[in-house]
Amino acid sequence: MLKISNLHASVDDKAILRGINLEVKAGEVHAIMGPNGSGKSTLASVIAGKEDYEMTQGEIIFENEEISELSPEERAHKGVFLSFQYPVEIPGVSVTNFIRTAINETRKARGVDAMPANEMLKMIREKSEMLEIDRKFLSRSLNEGFSGGEKKRNEIFQLAMLEPKLAILDETDSGLDIDALRIVANGINKIRSKDNAVIVITHYQRLLDHIVPDFVHVLHEGRIVKSGGKELAHELEEKGYDWIKEELNA
Amino acid sequence: MELKEKLIASFMAFENLVDVDSPIHDVRSEAIKQFETEGFPSRRDEAWKYTSLNSILKHDYSVFPKGDNHIDYNEIKKYFIHDIDTYKIVFIDGKYSSHFSETTHDGIDVCLMSSALSKHKYRPVIENYFNKVATKDSLSSLNTAFSQEGAYIHIPKNKSVAKPIQIVHFSTGNEAAVMLQPRNLIVVDENSHVQIIERHQSLTENPVLTNSVTEIFAGKRAIVDYYKIQNDNENASLIDSTFINQKQESFASVHTFSFGGKLTRNNLKFYQNGERIDSTMKGVTIIGNKQHVDHNTLVHHIEPNCESHQDYQGIFGDSSTGVFNGKVLVNKEAQKTNAFQANNNILLSDKATVNTKPQLEIFADDVKCSHGCTIGQLDDSAIFYMRSRGIPEKEAKALLMYAFGNSVLSSVKIPEIKQRITNIIANKLGINIGFDL
Repeated sequence: MLKISNLHASVDDKAILRGINLEVKAGEVHAIMGPNGSGKSTLASVIAGKEDYEMTQGEIIFENEEISELSPEERAHKGVFLSFQYPVEIPGVSVTNFIRTAINETRKARGVDAMPANEMLKMIREKSEMLEIDRKFLSRSLNEGFSGGEKKRNEIFQLAMLEPKLAILDETDSGLDIDALRIVANGINKIRSKDNAVIVITHYQRLLDHIVPDFVHVLHEGRIVKSGGKELAHELEEKGYDWIKEELNA
Repeated sequence: MELKEKLIASFMAFENLVDVDSPIHDVRSEAIKQFETEGFPSRRDEAWKYTSLNSILKHDYSVFPKGDNHIDYNEIKKYFIHDIDTYKIVFIDGKYSSHFSETTHDGIDVCLMSSALSKHKYRPVIENYFNKVATKDSLSSLNTAFSQEGAYIHIPKNKSVAKPIQIVHFSTGNEAAVMLQPRNLIVVDENSHVQIIERHQSLTENPVLTNSVTEIFAGKRAIVDYYKIQNDNENASLIDSTFINQKQESFASVHTFSFGGKLTRNNLKFYQNGERIDSTMKGVTIIGNKQHVDHNTLVHHIEPNCESHQDYQGIFGDSSTGVFNGKVLVNKEAQKTNAFQANNNILLSDKATVNTKPQLEIFADDVKCSHGCTIGQLDDSAIFYMRSRGIPEKEAKALLMYAFGNSVLSSVKIPEIKQRITNIIANKLGINIGFDL
């Protein structure tokens, strides 16, 4: 589904990613872990198409197509979804109107008619119940005055509504208490299927107790320096990142 | 001949043409003297520091537009709010069009200034109210001198007017350049309620300069809601001066939607002559190219326990310029005043300019007055967020701009106007998405 080769990216001429190789197949869950400043969020933003980053080398193949020249919305229309670490507040635009616009613009780009209103409402009801989201919440301005947990739940609600092929979750667990974490993780697990894939970017093991990864990668100074199975995450949780740095320096 | 000289020279002919015995003959004569003394304002005047009239005064305007110009309804239908039943007072090149109008004398007077000025039965109202709240500044004086046509609305006490009233001015461009001086008088007596929609629309590319004056008197507990739709083409300029005198417990609101025109100057002044009055003035401005919109507001808090709410939002693209000068004056006696003012602006281009100046003069010591101005840009992180969810850049920006103006739209009480404004905004932003936020 996603094949990243030798990806280099920089911001303001400062190299952040220095040769990332990553392949994600349909049905898989990949976790990307690593210390602060290792380039995790940059990787997520570059895949989603954020223009602040300059991709200097390499390629990003998504569904057999090189997407690095595409705009963020074109990538979204092809099925890439980024759940933000810090979801942006948009005063004056309600959650419902935002998601309706996003869905219908995506359908328009795919040559499909707008979703009928009753179908949309039904879907909104189902997905918001799944994520235990209060109906009142849906008429509020997007992310405005939301608590950290509400923002993250709203991200996963949008993920559930948009049904992307590839979901990249950037620090979705930060700012969540244990109950919210469970709700969010359950939501993500329900969305998972053999046809889609998830990249979980996280500092901590705890989200991975709920969303069990097939692969764990450690990012350090802009490169994936170690990959393994889910047991690697446990090892990192116990021992921290220093042993990996020592291994690298040895 | 310069425009000023041309206007002064035309005054005598104008007076002879209308009616020298008019009850306002003396008022007009005084006014032309005032205009002659002051002339057009220049940027040396503090109130006109950021708005220059030079570019629009250079045309050789016809100051007595020829009447009886015919227009086809299909050509102008779209400028009316036509999905609700309304009274209409329609002018074509400054002349009343009975064909397109729907006036009434059934318990209320919704008719013409010219007939109110000429008929004896209106004399008491004219004598009591005409030119009583308008200031004697040069442009208002110029309008007063030439005041002859416009809307005359008198709602006697305890009447809630079910149908909104549309005042629409068209200019046909049958002459190379036209200057219009519409004059409206709106008197709403105790306990009455009226909603008014005003629009100026040029139908050609020929330059038009409209110098409009509206006087509004809101009686005790009266409610007046006034909507100004300014979406004219870019050869038309408008100087609109609206003066509102409110009595106790009245509520008056003016919403100004400025999307078009070459140069638009809105002078909007509220005078609170009573207690527990509410004055609301809100505006959304969205312009581009070399358009210019200037909002100059005043709320004069004269008596205690009153409120005022000002909320102006502006979005400026290309080389457009915006001005906001909002003055709140609180007299020593006006204790417990609650005055709120906000002016927020977004600049879409490096060449767009906004000058914003809140001016608070407070002589009472027990008041709540707040004001805030911002000038910023569309939030890039919000745009990326929306794009990452599949909303294209243009639509994402439009949605943000619409949301930005939404605090003003939310207080519009006529749904059809809200819908109309929404459509104009979508059209202006070149997108086709439902904005029902």
